Amino acid sequence: MSTTISVTEKLVGKSVRRREDPRLITGTATYVDDLKLPGMHHACILRSPHAAAKIRSIDISAAQSHPGVVAVFTGPDVAGVGPVPCGASLPGLRVPHHAILATGRVYYVGHAVAVVVATDRYVAADALDLIEVDYEPTAAVADPEKALEPGAPAVHPEWPDNVSFTYHQEGGEPEKAFAEAEVVVKQRITSQRLVPMPMETRGCVAEYHAAEKSLTLWSSTQIPHLLRTLVGQMLGLIENRVRVITPEVGGGFGCKLNVYAEEALTSFVAMKIGKPVKWIESRRENFLCTIHGRGHVDYYEIAAKRDGTVLGLRLKLIQDLGAYQQLLTPAIPTLSVLMMPGLYKFRNISADIVGVFTNCVPTDAYRGAGRPEATHGVERMMDLLAVELKMDPAEIRLKNFIGNDEFPYATATGLSYDSGDYAAPLKKALDLVNYRELREDQRKAREQGRLMGIGISTYGELCAFGPSPATPAGGWESATVKIDPSGKVTVLTGASPHGQGEETTFAQIAADELGVPIDDVIVLHGDTAIVQYGIGTFGSRGTAVGGAALYFALKDLRAKIKKFGEMMLESDDVTFSGGVCTCNKTGNTVSLAQIAGMSYRAMRLPVNEEPGMQATRFWEPPNFAFPFGAHIAVTEIDRETGHVAVSRYVAVDDCGNIINPLLVAGQVHGGVAQGLGQSLWEQAVYDDTGQLITGELMDYAVPKATMMPWIETAHTTTPSPVNPLGVKGVGEAGTIGCSPAVVNSVVDALSPPGVRHIDMPMTPEKVWKVLEGARA
Amino acid sequence: MKQTTNLRINGTSYVHEVEPRLLLIHYLREVAGLTGPHIGCETSICGACTVAIDGKVVKSCAMFAVQADGSDILTIEGVAASGTLGAMQEAFWNEHGLQCGFCTPGMIMASRQLLERNPTPTEAEIRHGIDGNLCRCTGYQHIVNAVQAAAKAGA
Repeated sequence: MSTTISVTEKLVGKSVRRREDPRLITGTATYVDDLKLPGMHHACILRSPHAAAKIRSIDISAAQSHPGVVAVFTGPDVAGVGPVPCGASLPGLRVPHHAILATGRVYYVGHAVAVVVATDRYVAADALDLIEVDYEPTAAVADPEKALEPGAPAVHPEWPDNVSFTYHQEGGEPEKAFAEAEVVVKQRITSQRLVPMPMETRGCVAEYHAAEKSLTLWSSTQIPHLLRTLVGQMLGLIENRVRVITPEVGGGFGCKLNVYAEEALTSFVAMKIGKPVKWIESRRENFLCTIHGRGHVDYYEIAAKRDGTVLGLRLKLIQDLGAYQQLLTPAIPTLSVLMMPGLYKFRNISADIVGVFTNCVPTDAYRGAGRPEATHGVERMMDLLAVELKMDPAEIRLKNFIGNDEFPYATATGLSYDSGDYAAPLKKALDLVNYRELREDQRKAREQGRLMGIGISTYGELCAFGPSPATPAGGWESATVKIDPSGKVTVLTGASPHGQGEETTFAQIAADELGVPIDDVIVLHGDTAIVQYGIGTFGSRGTAVGGAALYFALKDLRAKIKKFGEMMLESDDVTFSGGVCTCNKTGNTVSLAQIAGMSYRAMRLPVNEEPGMQATRFWEPPNFAFPFGAHIAVTEIDRETGHVAVSRYVAVDDCGNIINPLLVAGQVHGGVAQGLGQSLWEQAVYDDTGQLITGELMDYAVPKATMMPWIETAHTTTPSPVNPLGVKGVGEAGTIGCSPAVVNSVVDALSPPGVRHIDMPMTPEKVWKVLEGARA
Repeated sequence: MKQTTNLRINGTSYVHEVEPRLLLIHYLREVAGLTGPHIGCETSICGACTVAIDGKVVKSCAMFAVQADGSDILTIEGVAASGTLGAMQEAFWNEHGLQCGFCTPGMIMASRQLLERNPTPTEAEIRHGIDGNLCRCTGYQHIVNAVQAAAKAGA
């Protein structure tokens, strides 16, 4: 429930209702598919039905002559457009040439083969059926482990081993730790491919002004400025003649943190036909052609002493890359390695990644991006160790947490954890569920033959991306604050929110720092012609990095305002507070509007000050921020059907200081929903021929309202020392914390029949089969 | 062969010649210019295109415009046509029942119908009532809160 705010109150920390919402709840917001430009044409894309095939020939003649069709393009037509970029680099990384339309071969179902442009989207779709492609199907491989077997079909014939890269990282003395361990536990753990599935699919509109050689591209993206730079390079356009606008964006979850072939293709087509062109992805295309997330097969080994003290962790990580490297594809599993120690004092770590090509759509960042996989791994291993040692899962965690006096803590993977009190959220969560009593309930349930489980996950995450040397693009963020002559405030952020609510939280910060009513502040973003260069919104960085940039811009302006106040009040003893400068001797005041007006009229200026009232800051974070928390899931399993019911879900998150509790709760709920989706229902299933058989909403189980439990949220607050706001980030926490809690809970429920592990998604069918297997 | 379609949408009369195959959602968005209802799937699963036809909420991607001939349609744009937000809209705003907002127009239409049929729903009844509308952002919890708040306000 939001609160009503009076002007003098501080807004940071309050549940201010969102300033974005009036346009969204009245249906008057403008998403990309709502744009209608004069003379606009529509593009539809023909996609491969085969996972691997040679293209013998393409006949576009019937499509070209179809009434209403303006143009048809195939691979050779777009040969001059640069490849889809991969922004990540690793030693020895193999990056296949990723043309915007397939030429000669197709590598996955959904691979773009031709584009039709017509006056109407129905006509363009009709014409797709008139294109005849003669394919020669070849053997495909969709399973990353099978792709590594000798003699497996080669996804890219030039690399018959299907290996894109290998990567090794080590810290401490893992060999020694495992040799000296009193107990070693091993487990294969998978994190299945997921479809990000924002409610709004991708889409773009491109308009080219030939006389100015300038392109305007409206795209549903999380990274307008990076898209502008990269799409400009692909098309050979001069960067300052490319303008990218993100209209309202209907969710991203990482899948719009990318540069896609279609963004360049739609632009290319608009340039060719001299008319604005719109391309809107269908939901079917969204399943087939927008990046997927996860796709791990992990082999873990944990070394420990008999008393439960952890010594080392080893991981062999097989990453299903799909057929191409998208913007960050190969970087994602390296994030898993960085976070594999979790919240524990693992001093000895060894990890080997194999990045494997498959005939599937590429994987890339999806909410959590590498960190849910890592958390799932370490949290499953802690539970497996607890079972092995007959310890309580809470006790083994409390025993191995990094201590409060050890921050900043240098991990064996090279990170520096910023701040934490890792036991606090776990203790709070245990209190909330009344843990001791709950275990007693479980004992009674088991006596009655019921399968009840209690699962704990204590997660840490690498957020607020991030220091520039550690990120593929810059890791800073930018902010401009402009105060008009009337005293009204405009914030321009380089972040690109798409549901997170920074038009509200940033206005809260600006209103507090300048002492103005929140209605005097507007926050603009997502237009490269209006906003200074920025990086974008992903990796729980919007407030922790973009908000910090805003803070420093506001600080600069406060100093300038005070100087004008001193000049106007003819005093060197002036305080700026509550939107006015006050002379502490006389009590005389000048308002922000008077000061701003003076700064533009500039009849007089303070010494060494310029006219105008505007400040821009680019803020480089000195470190990542590391949120953490504890989630507990209580489950009960139906023996007859294998159905998992989540009877209780408690999330205690520490995301540092909180700007807006209502929005933080929303982020946690949504994150948990996606984590629960992975735990119980969601999976992108490719068959052996590379067909995506969960390729529609009929087959891919996105959580519905009736599938979700009530989520009880609570917080502990450990400010981050990394940024001046003390915030850590919360966008991915729910997803990262969720899946191990749920899987640990289900395994706990199934432990009396002897079940030790189960992989996601824990569908009724899978759980039932596991139960049957345990009975046999 | 185009057919004449007479529709009353949000109190205004619309007469157009349309192809029989034109989906109602495309008619609303492209012909009538009402882009409040959204297209999330085109396969009648996600509910982003939900509108009310003669008082009953319908996924407008699941029928042709010509099938709606003669009917009275309410889209999200018509809910606050007087300039005052409806109680359900206020509740979604107050309770943070939306994030990216893409599902919201359909979700509000479905929620309004739910309260029309059951003014005092339980949590389970609310979840059941909006089960045909997908949201990927909120985990539905704040939407449940919003519907409860609207019910309390007597929406």
